Parts: sequence; structure tokens; C-alpha cells
Amino acid sequence: MHEFLQQVFSGLAAGSVYASVALALVMIYRSTDLVNFAQGEMAMFSTYIAWTLVNAGLPFWGAFALTLAVSFAGGMLIERVIIRPVENAPVLAAVIVTIGLLLILNSVAGWIYTYTVQDFPSPFPDRPLLHALITTRDLGVIAVTLIMLVLLFLFFRYTSTGLAMRAAAQNPTSARLCGIRVGHMLAIGWGLAAAIGATAGIMVAPVLFLDPNMMSGVLLYAFAGALLGGITSPVGAVVGGLIVGVTENLVGTYLIASQLKLTVALALIILVLVFKPNGLFGTAIVRRV
Amino acid sequence: MDKSSAAIARTPLGTERFGFATAGTGRWAFAILAIVIAAALPFALSKYHVFELTLVMIYAIAVLGLNILTGYNGQISLGHGGFFAAGAYTAAILMHRYGVPYWATLPAAGFVGFVLGVLFGLPALRFEGPYLALVTLAMALATPQLLKYFDTWTGGQQGINLVKPTPPAGLGLNQDRWLYLIALVALLLAIRVAANMLNGRTGRAWVAIRDHPIAAAAMGIDTARYKTLAFGTSTLFTAVAGALSAIAIGYVSPESYSLFLSISFLVGAAVGGISTIGGAIVGGFFIQFVPNFANDISDAAPWAIYGLAMLVCMYTMPHGVVGSIKPWLARLAQWTGEQRKRKDGGNSP
Amino acid sequence: MAPILQLNGLKAFYGQSEVVHGIDLAVEEGGMTVLLGANGAGKTTTLRAICGMVRVEGEIVFAGKRLERRATEDIAGLGVAHVPEGRGTFVGLTVEENLRLGGYTRLREAPTNIERMYGYFPILAQRRRQQGGALSGGEQQMLAIARALMMQPRLLVLDEPSFGLAPRVVEDIFKIVERIKKEERVSVLLVEQNANLALELADHAYLLETGYVVASGSAKALADDPQIRRAYLGY
Repeated sequence: MHEFLQQVFSGLAAGSVYASVALALVMIYRSTDLVNFAQGEMAMFSTYIAWTLVNAGLPFWGAFALTLAVSFAGGMLIERVIIRPVENAPVLAAVIVTIGLLLILNSVAGWIYTYTVQDFPSPFPDRPLLHALITTRDLGVIAVTLIMLVLLFLFFRYTSTGLAMRAAAQNPTSARLCGIRVGHMLAIGWGLAAAIGATAGIMVAPVLFLDPNMMSGVLLYAFAGALLGGITSPVGAVVGGLIVGVTENLVGTYLIASQLKLTVALALIILVLVFKPNGLFGTAIVRRV
Repeated sequence: MDKSSAAIARTPLGTERFGFATAGTGRWAFAILAIVIAAALPFALSKYHVFELTLVMIYAIAVLGLNILTGYNGQISLGHGGFFAAGAYTAAILMHRYGVPYWATLPAAGFVGFVLGVLFGLPALRFEGPYLALVTLAMALATPQLLKYFDTWTGGQQGINLVKPTPPAGLGLNQDRWLYLIALVALLLAIRVAANMLNGRTGRAWVAIRDHPIAAAAMGIDTARYKTLAFGTSTLFTAVAGALSAIAIGYVSPESYSLFLSISFLVGAAVGGISTIGGAIVGGFFIQFVPNFANDISDAAPWAIYGLAMLVCMYTMPHGVVGSIKPWLARLAQWTGEQRKRKDGGNSP
Repeated sequence: MAPILQLNGLKAFYGQSEVVHGIDLAVEEGGMTVLLGANGAGKTTTLRAICGMVRVEGEIVFAGKRLERRATEDIAGLGVAHVPEGRGTFVGLTVEENLRLGGYTRLREAPTNIERMYGYFPILAQRRRQQGGALSGGEQQMLAIARALMMQPRLLVLDEPSFGLAPRVVEDIFKIVERIKKEERVSVLLVEQNANLALELADHAYLLETGYVVASGSAKALADDPQIRRAYLGY
């Protein structure tokens, strides 16, 4: 029982990371109908930036804040420069663009920072708590994710920009009629998604160790989590990510270790999707005849 | 994003016909010329180049399968590498374990591919868009792992070594040229079959389901049957391509059939033009040559060049190479048709 | 008084098809102009052209500024509030959020404006926390008009406000539109198929047929014209 709870808690910590990236994916999907396959590599690149800043002597949280700001700007830039040319093109073209971006970021990171695996510092000491049910580091990751989610919720619920972004995602035409610059809202959305991804990358790097391929597994699990929760639902993204994190841990502990773990975890998720093809919280895609 | 339908991509004028919209003789002349040139090429090029072109044609067949499913029927697949692997290993196991002659493995691989496609396509009916992407993605990821797991059959990590086919005596062909011609014949056959299906009733049903599924069902099209058929047909093509690749390369191993292969097929399909037949050939060229070019340009970050190539292609030709050319050809056909009418004189209907 | 909106030789296109064939139209400042015509006459297209939603040729002059080639959101920012066909409600957002969005370009005055809108439309105050999609057709129409007024516009463009609504509801809405015209000092361009009500309210009228203006003048003149009465007013 004790081991079971341990795995659940550490699964929640991993799940927090998946939930964050899943949320970023859902945010972009809601506003542009596009799965941003480059989300993981963007997060990885942000993490390398944080790593560089920490190595240059900045205190951890200072580097963290600066990285978030840079990532936000970078995300906006990517939307305006790289995604905008295909915003009226078929969705497949945009998908290919995000895959291309994935390859570019991965390759450039490997070129600048090499493929040597690096250590990444954690701001939280790694000590057991609560009769060794959970470590302080895992608790820290969960806490940071929670704070981020609360801030995002407040932003979208209570600020004008947040409201405008929700409007632009739901009904861009009506939003324009209200004077909202839908293009700007898209860019801000990508900026926020990039910042969320950066947070996830920085939280997970101490555990996974930093290398250009660090986020590929995370992206996969986040994608699965977002779909499990319902690709149109931010709440679903978070719940889905957490479920995936716990499932992955439990499967790895009790069922099968190493590489097949991914296959089994995905198979379970797909099994759920067979019964709920739009995810747990997703709404069916309404088709106009 | 073009959110107006569930379509992944489609050629602008909706002219899905293969080949050129110019009238009869023009199209046949061009096709025959192309075939003659293609058949003559291996005698003019070095062994290595012939081998590369053989691979281009094999990838083209695989991409053609993907075009049928994703381009014409609108069902995304990130997992076609898995069906490619299925065909490759079917051929490898039949040849290696049971001594089946290489040419007989092609229909066998096609059959296996079709069955797998239908088995996959049935549950896939429940999924759409990103959900279908995930399911096919899971398959792509599972493939190398499953191949390693069932190692008594597949040879596990080591893979299976094969003997490359010898050309029939008396033709004066070396091995590479023989393989090239086999691939060429297979490609021409694949194009013919695909064109027949796509330009006929099945193809129209597939496109109708892609663009207006509710209207299609209301018109009496059995959506489930056609979607499953699309899946099976698509995977049949790709599996045959896989078998050809095993024969041509002489070696199969789990590493060759990773997620990257599936992604490459999708990229090649999109760059060529996913709702076209000719685009598959362009896609084959892209998959075979662009990674090499990328390496030549920068060996520090070759995949960045590859990614950049993808971006440039999508910015300049969002409907793919062939997809972007088609409207111009249609306009050309319209213009020449009008010129012809004018020459025939006076009263046009 | 100079017209607040002037269309000169306006052509509008859907893709390659020319749908509106070079029309001239004026809306007097502080007045109400109605655009009449049957289905497919090009009325909605004209309104969408004004708001930069379709390709145009010709001139659109609003308060001395040219509107062609401006983005929809910029046109809204200049003071043109468009209540589209079908209302365009943000169905996933609450009534109050819908209103706040209308006030996006006038953030400082938004709280006061919201209260004023609740004054015109008490039913919206009652439903302020409900989702836009849960409102009835008539309520959504009121919400759409209120949202447009939140912009403090100089020109209110209304596309078929009576569409799909019961006659009693339509009467109520038109009464409110009349009151708004007086109290808000906003010019109104109204598109309507319900010609009777529209002509009672409006100052000027234009009749559109397959993309051409076939009649124009004061609303009373058009209402009295026997041919128009027979064709569009039913008596």
C-alpha cells in the first residue's frame, strides 16, 4: 500500500509536467485547430536557456523568471513569423510546419549545446516527506504547477485580455467585430503556451537530465493526456496529464518495465478513448451539414 | 487554418483526376514518354544512383498508400511506417524461413497489409482528427518494440539478412537494374490501380466522405465500409512497398521502422501533394534525397536544414508540388480547349 | 448634414463572383436608413463589405475616412458596430462577458455602459451570469444589440434583427431600436426583410434587387409607392 501511494504521488509530479504541456497543446488547439508538435522542443530549448543563465551565475528563480519572459516572446515570434504564413492553408501544411520546427529546434539545440547529457539544478532539495510518501522535490513540482494553473485561471477569467483571447478562440469573426485583434490574441496564446512549456521543461529537467531529446517522451505523454481529457478542454488537459502520469508510473512499477511501458500506457489510454472518443471532458465536434 | 471541413488538405479546384486535364492524346503521349525515359534511366546511371531511384519508387508506392487514406479519404495516419514494416517482415520471413521466391512475397505482403489495414480501420472509425493521429502514432511507436519482442520470428534486434534476387538469365541485366525494373513495374501498376479506384465510384465516395460525411451518409454511401476499405487499400500499397524495400535492401531490422519513417511518409505526401497521385512520386524523391542534401549542406545540424526545407515547401506550395501545379494545368487545358474551339470555327455551343 | 456613411459605386465579391454591382448609398448622421430586398439581393453582402469582410471595389466613406482595405477590427475601432446576421453571440461565454467584449474598445466606460444596457434590456440583467447559448433567440438579439452599443458607436449596422423571431418579440426589439436611435444619438443602417416595420421606423430607404439599387428615397415615399407596396409590403 505504501509503495502504491508512493508511486501515485511521484506519478502526480510527473503528471504535473504532462498536464502543463497538455494545457499548452490545448490552448493552441482551441485557438488555431492545430496540434503544435513542436511544443516539446520549444520547452527543451527554453530549458537550455535557463541552464545557460544558471551557469552564468544567475540565482535559480531569477533565471526561471527571465527564461519565462524570453520564452513568451519567443512563442509570440514563432506564431507571427513561422505559423502565420500557413494560417489560411490546409491544416496539414501547418502540421508539417510544426514538425519542421520540431526538427529545426532539436537540431539547433544539439548543435549549440551538443548531445551530451547535462545536469540541471532543482530549486527543491530532494528529501522524503510524510513517512517517505513523497519527496520535497515532487511536492515542489506539483506546487509550481498548481500556482501556474491558478494564475492562468485568474488571467483568463478576470482580465480583459484573457476574455478577449477566449472570445477570439471561440468565435474569431464576432471577436473582430468587437474590435479585438485576433492575430495578436493568437500570438499571445502561443507566447503563453511557450512559457507554460518552459515551466514544464525546467521542472522536469532535474529528473530526466538535460539533453536535446529530453522532451520527446514528455510531449508524447502530454499529447495522450490532452486527448484523454478532451483536446478542447483545458480542465481535461490537466486531469488527463495527471492521469497519464500516475498510469505511467503504476504500469512501470507493477506491469512491465522499460520500453514496453510506453506502448502499454498508450494502449490503456486508447482503450478509454474507444469508449469516450472525444475524451473525458471533450465535447463532440459539431458538424454543420 | 482552413477550418471549414474535416479535410486534411485538398487540391483547390477539386480536380482529383490523375494526370493532366488536357484531352486524350496529350496525356497518353506524355505518360508513354515518361515510362520510356524511366525504363532507360538505369542504363545511363551508376549502380548507386540506380539503387537510390529504386528506393524513390518504393517510397512513392508507400506514400501513394498514404495519399489514398489521408488525402482522398481524410483519415490521418502517423503510423504508416508500421504497415511498411509489416510488409517488409512478411517478405523477409517468407523468404528466409520458408524459401518463398521473392516475387511471390509481394502479393503475400499486400494481403497481410490489407488485412491489417481493415483490422485497424474498423476501430479507427470511432476516431477523428487528433484522436486518430494519436492512435496511429501509438502504432508507429509500438512497431519497433513489437518487432524486437517477437524475436523468434523477426530475428529481434539483429534483424534478418536476405539474399537479393538474381536477374533472370539472358537479359543482360545486373542486380540493381533488375530491382529497379521490378520497382518500376510495381509503381506503374500501383498508379494504374490507384487511378482507376480514385477516378471511379470508390474514389468519389472517399472524397465525399472526406468533405461532407453527413451529406455522404444521407446520400446512401456506406461510410463505414468505404472508410475501412480506404484503410485496407492504403495499407496494402504501403505493405507491398515494404516488401519491395526488404527485397531491394536485403536486410530488415526493427531500427529501420521507427516513428521517423512514418513521419517521413507524411512529410513526403504533404510536400508532393496529398490529394494527388503524382505527388507520391515527388514525395518519394523528397524522402530519399532531401536528408542527403541536408547532410551535404550542414553536417552539424542536418535535420535543421531538412526542417527548413519542409517549412519552405509548405510556405510556397501549401497544397504540395503537384497540388499547386494542378490548377495551372487545368487553366492551361481550359485555354487550349478554347483555342481549339475557336479554330474549329464559328458557332460554339 | 453630411452623411455619416457614403457608399460610392460599391462592388462586392464572393471569390470571383460579383454580387453587388456598383451601388450608391448614404446614411444621414443621426438618421436611420433601411436596406430592403428579397433573399439574395445582396443586402447582407453590402453590410459585410462595409465591415471589411468581403472583397470590394469602389468607395466606402465613414465620417470622412475610407474604409476599404481596412481590417474588420480596425473598422470596429473607428466606430462602426455591426450586429451580424445570426447574432454572432459568444455562446460559450456569459451574458456579462459578452457585454464586456463589446466594451473592449471602451474599457474605461464599460462598467457604466453595462448598467445602461441593463436599463434598456432588463431581461439581460436577470440573465447576466447565464451562458449566451442558453438565451432564447429574442434575448440573443437583444444581447447582440447591447454588445454593439457597448462600443459607443457612431454607426450601428443591424443585419436582419427580426430573423427567426416571433412577431411580438420583433415588435419589442424594434421599439427598443427606436428608443436607442433617440437616446444614444447613433446613426443606424438597418437591413430587413420585414419591410413594414422597417419603413415605419426609418427615415430613408433603399431597395436592392440582385445587387442593384432599384429604388431609393424617403421611407414614406417608398412605403406609399404602389408597386413596392404590392411586391414587398403585401398589399
